[in-house]
Amino acid sequence: MMENKTTNILIVGVGGQGVLLASELLSETAMQAGFDVKKSEVHGMSQRGGVVTSHIKYARKVYSPIIPYGQTDILISFEQAEALRAVDWLKKEGLAVVSRTRLVPPIATGKKFHYPDDPVADLKKRFGRVIDIDADAIARELGDSRLVNTLLLGVVSKSLEFELSLWETVIRSLVKAKFVDINLKAFARGRELSGNGKK
Amino acid sequence: MRRLLSGNEAVARGAYEARVRLAAGYPGTPSTEILETVAKEHRSIYSQWSPNEKVAFEVGIGASLGGGRALVTMKHVGLNVAADPFMTFAYTGVNAGFVVISADDPEMHSSQNEQDNRFFAKFAQIPFLEPSDSQESKDFTIKAFELSEKFDTPVMLRMTTRISHSKGIVEEGEPVTLPESGFKRDMQKYVMIPSNAKKRHVVVTERLEKLKRFSEETDLNVIENNGSSIGIITGGIAYQYAKDVIPEADYFKIGFGFPLPIEKIRKFVATHKTNLIIEELEPYYEEQLRAAGINVDGKKYFSRLGELSPYRVAQGLKEAGVIEDVRGAEIPPEELFPRPPILCPGCPHRGAFMALKKLGVAVTGDIGCYTLSVLPPLEMMDTCICMGASIGNAIGMEKVRGHKRGVVAVIGDSTFLHSGITGLLDAVYNKSNVTVIILDNRVTAMTGGQQHPATGHTLMGEKTREVNFVELAKALGVESVREVDPYDYDGLLKVIKEEIERPGPSVVITNRACVLMPKRIMDKPYVVISEECNGCSACFRIGCPAIMPSKELTKHNQPKAIIDPVLCTGCSLCAQVCQPEAIVLAPEPAGVK
Ligand code: SF4
Ligand code: SF4
Ligand code: SF4
Repeated sequence: MMENKTTNILIVGVGGQGVLLASELLSETAMQAGFDVKKSEVHGMSQRGGVVTSHIKYARKVYSPIIPYGQTDILISFEQAEALRAVDWLKKEGLAVVSRTRLVPPIATGKKFHYPDDPVADLKKRFGRVIDIDADAIARELGDSRLVNTLLLGVVSKSLEFELSLWETVIRSLVKAKFVDINLKAFARGRELSGNGKK
Repeated sequence: MRRLLSGNEAVARGAYEARVRLAAGYPGTPSTEILETVAKEHRSIYSQWSPNEKVAFEVGIGASLGGGRALVTMKHVGLNVAADPFMTFAYTGVNAGFVVISADDPEMHSSQNEQDNRFFAKFAQIPFLEPSDSQESKDFTIKAFELSEKFDTPVMLRMTTRISHSKGIVEEGEPVTLPESGFKRDMQKYVMIPSNAKKRHVVVTERLEKLKRFSEETDLNVIENNGSSIGIITGGIAYQYAKDVIPEADYFKIGFGFPLPIEKIRKFVATHKTNLIIEELEPYYEEQLRAAGINVDGKKYFSRLGELSPYRVAQGLKEAGVIEDVRGAEIPPEELFPRPPILCPGCPHRGAFMALKKLGVAVTGDIGCYTLSVLPPLEMMDTCICMGASIGNAIGMEKVRGHKRGVVAVIGDSTFLHSGITGLLDAVYNKSNVTVIILDNRVTAMTGGQQHPATGHTLMGEKTREVNFVELAKALGVESVREVDPYDYDGLLKVIKEEIERPGPSVVITNRACVLMPKRIMDKPYVVISEECNGCSACFRIGCPAIMPSKELTKHNQPKAIIDPVLCTGCSLCAQVCQPEAIVLAPEPAGVK
């Protein structure tokens, strides 16, 4: 029997950041590449600034839509401290792609809770492969802060087995027509930024 | 065609393929997207939001008796509201097929309890099906309609959050062909006066026997034989978790959950050395199997609290001695600040809770976005029981003078129409001195912006009459009804204070729309003049996500405030509470757009 190797991707961020579109693009790409795919989201009470996580799994056959602790191959984080919250899920040898966005919730303004001084540095201490980028600034440079989505996916795409043309087809079909070009540009920019990618 | 669909989208697709004629419901997470998908993608089905689940259920009954297949959707607690028609419809049976969705919420991602509605089907003695992924959500929906007609019974399709909101690949099919049918008069069957109902109860009992035989045969209950000595009895999402952890075991997968295929399971158990029941929430299978003399362990290893997960299933299997280790669980959890959901920047509810906090009254709350005001930093809600409970709670508390500063009930527009009207009627009738604040944000915001009778639009996008809350409250007999702008902090404070002091019931209506739905409302952002800010933290305490502590500190080492220009909607509330007037409108041009 052929080995049923599962690829587990976890996307995390804060409500309203666009985590869901990124996971939509990724799972659609995996399906069109011929894999069985499952995707599951947790967002407490809708988009009101809480933590949002999206689990994506693809393989020949996928059962549970949830990634077990410590089994994530790739973590994509839209917010730097949220990456730290997700470390339980990441494999020791996994890859983390982190946007340096800093969103301090009102609850961390009091004495009781403290927003970490440098989450990315903490993450690097624990994991070898961390790519951190200033996604917001780059997205704004490209013309729209909402491009963080495709930008981060572009970075990740270098570590996945899907052809570039497939990604582009999916972006064309799922993104609103007038934003397609700019999203493709953001995706391409992400690929440039990925540095040590494979493909 | 193969498509990636969520469980909810798959149910909608199933309804389309089953040629459902009418779909009704009340929005409730995790069930909401079923009707939204029907209204968006399957326009051949007439679909509607009803003011509450009971009405939706009754509309569905009417459609079924009228000869059209009917789908009724709700979350688990919604079925409590619809329990009255639900229990009796089980007696009358259907004409055309009738399926009710119960979308349960293990782990309470967005609910006030985690009741296991499999017991509800057993309680009403009607069959239920439980899918374990998107494909089954579609297939079982179609199957449920067939069974409904075959056995003359309403059928429950029991979803859970994880099934409703996960996506998987679904193979789409063509709609079925159905014979034409219409209403057939049958008073003995459809009029449940005691003499008729007694006869129908006999029918229900006979039907149950037929359903038991069906359950033993149907391939909705599947045995997967892998030649293992370990047998696992499971269903719903728990099946998927178990398959992830121990794919090589033998499986008895339950898809038809009531009545259970007891004899088939008895045989399955007898052929395995070790047997385990893995089910989410209550020991529903376990109790019935044990009552039938099949002694298999389940809840001993798998908690009845919250959602299961691959990890929790693995832990249970390890404890039961079935597997040796649990993979990947050694990483210690990170201690990090929580990030609870919070009222949006510029949310119209914020002002009301700031005012209530200032007044120090007891606040009986309800179900909606505003329930978030219970979390820090506002922490301004004292009760939250179920849809529509706030007004009744306030009446009772006021009658015993439970709080010296007075009691205020808060309730949203959609919730008020759902089941708050009768509470207000009670307040008037029984001469209560409560103040009711209707937080009217013009939409069902909590579940993502659905229409309701006061929005002026139907689910299918047609224009319709809007309820006028002022006239409604007056018609119920409330003498003092006042509208206020929740962004005018001082004005709001004054009105609420006067109404609390006034004897008799009164209603205050806040009149600003949700800033997020149906479309994002943005004004010019506010900014903090850093030199003026003394770090008093008054603005932090209103809990606006756009206000953050800066890295810059005051002389006394307090963080100064900064406002994120992208998030700020310009509601001005923070400026109204800043004593040194350090918060001002952003100068033109307004920074980042
Ligand atoms: S969705 Fe609307 S009502 Fe709900 S918290 Fe946000 S602004 Fe307030
Ligand atoms: S309320 Fe005004 S002075 Fe106080 S922290 Fe906020 S901005 Fe600074
Ligand atoms: S004006 Fe103040 S309270 Fe209102 S959204 Fe902007 S930062 Fe938040």
